[in-house]
Amino acid sequence: MKRYAIISFALLFSSLCWADNSYDYPIDNPLAATVIGTPKAYTAELPNNIPRSDMKVVVFPDREMKKIISRKELHYTLVRQKHAAPLVFSIAGTGASHRSAKMQLLEKAFYKAGMHVVSLPSPTYSNFIITASASQVPGHIVQDSADLYQLMELIKEQISDNVDVTEFYITGYSLGGAQAAFVAKLDEERKIFNFKKVLMINPPVSLFNSVSILDRMLEENIPGGANNFNAFFEDLMKDFTKVYAELENLDFNDDFLYRIYEYEKEDINYSRVAATIGTSFRISSSNMIFTSDVLTNGGYILPKNYELQKTTSTTDYFKVASRISFTDYFNERFYPFFSKLTPGTTPESLKHDTSLKSISDYLRSTEKIAVVHNEDDIILAPGEIDFFRDTFQSRAHIYPKGGHCGNMAYKDNVDYMINYFTN
Amino acid sequence: MTQAVYCIRNLLLPVIASGLILLSGCSTSPEKSENETPAQYSVDSIVRDDVTYAIDIYDPWEGFNRGMYHFNAAFDRYIFLPVVKAYTYVTPNVVEDSVSNIFSNLFEINNLVNSILQLKPTATLETTERFLINSTVGLAGIFDVASKWGIYEHDEDFGQTLGHYGVGEGPYIVLPIAGPSNLRDTTGLITDSLIFTEIDILNLDDHNKRKAAFYLLNAIDRRHRTGFRYYDSGSPFEYELIRLMYTEKRKLDIAR
Repeated sequence: MKRYAIISFALLFSSLCWADNSYDYPIDNPLAATVIGTPKAYTAELPNNIPRSDMKVVVFPDREMKKIISRKELHYTLVRQKHAAPLVFSIAGTGASHRSAKMQLLEKAFYKAGMHVVSLPSPTYSNFIITASASQVPGHIVQDSADLYQLMELIKEQISDNVDVTEFYITGYSLGGAQAAFVAKLDEERKIFNFKKVLMINPPVSLFNSVSILDRMLEENIPGGANNFNAFFEDLMKDFTKVYAELENLDFNDDFLYRIYEYEKEDINYSRVAATIGTSFRISSSNMIFTSDVLTNGGYILPKNYELQKTTSTTDYFKVASRISFTDYFNERFYPFFSKLTPGTTPESLKHDTSLKSISDYLRSTEKIAVVHNEDDIILAPGEIDFFRDTFQSRAHIYPKGGHCGNMAYKDNVDYMINYFTN
Repeated sequence: MTQAVYCIRNLLLPVIASGLILLSGCSTSPEKSENETPAQYSVDSIVRDDVTYAIDIYDPWEGFNRGMYHFNAAFDRYIFLPVVKAYTYVTPNVVEDSVSNIFSNLFEINNLVNSILQLKPTATLETTERFLINSTVGLAGIFDVASKWGIYEHDEDFGQTLGHYGVGEGPYIVLPIAGPSNLRDTTGLITDSLIFTEIDILNLDDHNKRKAAFYLLNAIDRRHRTGFRYYDSGSPFEYELIRLMYTEKRKLDIAR
């Protein structure tokens, strides 16, 4: 309840500040905004057909593969201009591929702005863990960013004959936004790209805080706890069925959820929306944890030294994985793994190292880095939004609403992103 | 989904047969390795018999189904998608849309039969209107004029009709090429296919070559309209997540 009080206070306050500079993104509730995104009528006008190429590159040619996972190539997308232009690397959010809807949105926006675009999957996405992660234990932002850097070097080489690049930029949303900053910092030493501009879109401050918030969204909003998930799910589907039957021509297209939101507006049970966001995150983190476990023979969920066959059922492992929170993973797998690599690591130091606070001096003093964020972003702990104001000062562009990345496709947001890179 | 069955029967049988032979060779039961040790979170310690799990769908043929799922993914990657890509390369977008509209219009026949069988007056009336409007004003279905006039498609099939009268899902089945289904919906697919060929509005039965072209183009058009890509979710649990989503989506369709 407290958090909602704080969020609504923040909302009220920010709406006062923005009174004469109206921002008409239509969804006021941050949870709803996060789930729904931007309704079609409010999205920026962008080209639909852009020259997208599916590309692949092998990062570790000698890596041994498993029976169920045999592909060695990392997949990414290249959007190419016919003329010389800047190239922007764009990094996906937690668990997302280079083909996710938000990545495609960024491709269209940056292509329209006259840039080449390279879309990369998140280092927490299975194809990345399998083919491009050095440790295959994802989540350590410094390590993951070093993996990204190595991958980007290979891609730079691979496309050098066909793509005429004038200078390099980097961006990313959510976790990818935080990684963009770490990659930029690494580049100050290695100087392969000499990034001219960096844009972080809705990044977490502390990875650990954000995943804890998402863990709690699931754990605190299923009546009766995890063992009652099925009852919760059945209830949800029952209500969903009712709306689906009542609304004519409701199809699973772009505005599907927004139409339900408009229809149900007064009766929306926000605890349920929170549980849904928590469920979606839990599936992402289960995917990541199980993939890593299989690859490293970690014996965490899959018995040690047991090789999965293509026809073996994994349903029971899903049931187990979905009970493990990211916090459990942090304490039981992540921390032990990294404390072994770097003696002297404590849980607290690991939390600090994977937070933007560990590079705050760099962020404060580096003019080429900007951040775009939302006052009511649900992945930030209370007060964390001020970290961006303090650190980035005039380079922080903070919207009054939009939840977590909900307003990315909104006209003003797209204009801002394009202007940032083109001016 | 209905149309998939035709293309399977007429065109893809050889491919499927060879796929099945391959699969029967690689369906294996888990081997226990010698130095295997239990996981930190073992299945036995977490999964309880007295708890119902949303992810559990009745799937007694899971080993076979998983094999078929991987076969479909490979077929999609090496045959289906390249063909679709070639089709979209040579065909202007306007023509692609017209092709989709023509097929949708023809298969209104199945929507109509099943709306009648489920005694749904609005759906029956609107489907009839749609077929009449789109076949005439819409120039044999090239344009979906009816939707522009606010008369929308009622997607009804025989699987839904069975569900409407209380027939349960039965075991989950992954069909060759067509993908997720269950015993009830597969029965529905076959029935719809029989209804369509019985009515035979295009008089295809007398022209075998034309018939083959019809179902092949239909399959390509449907794949072109489906955004799904195998393994794109990046989830090691994609099989069970798709199984759940398919089952829930069908429940929604039946309740409508």
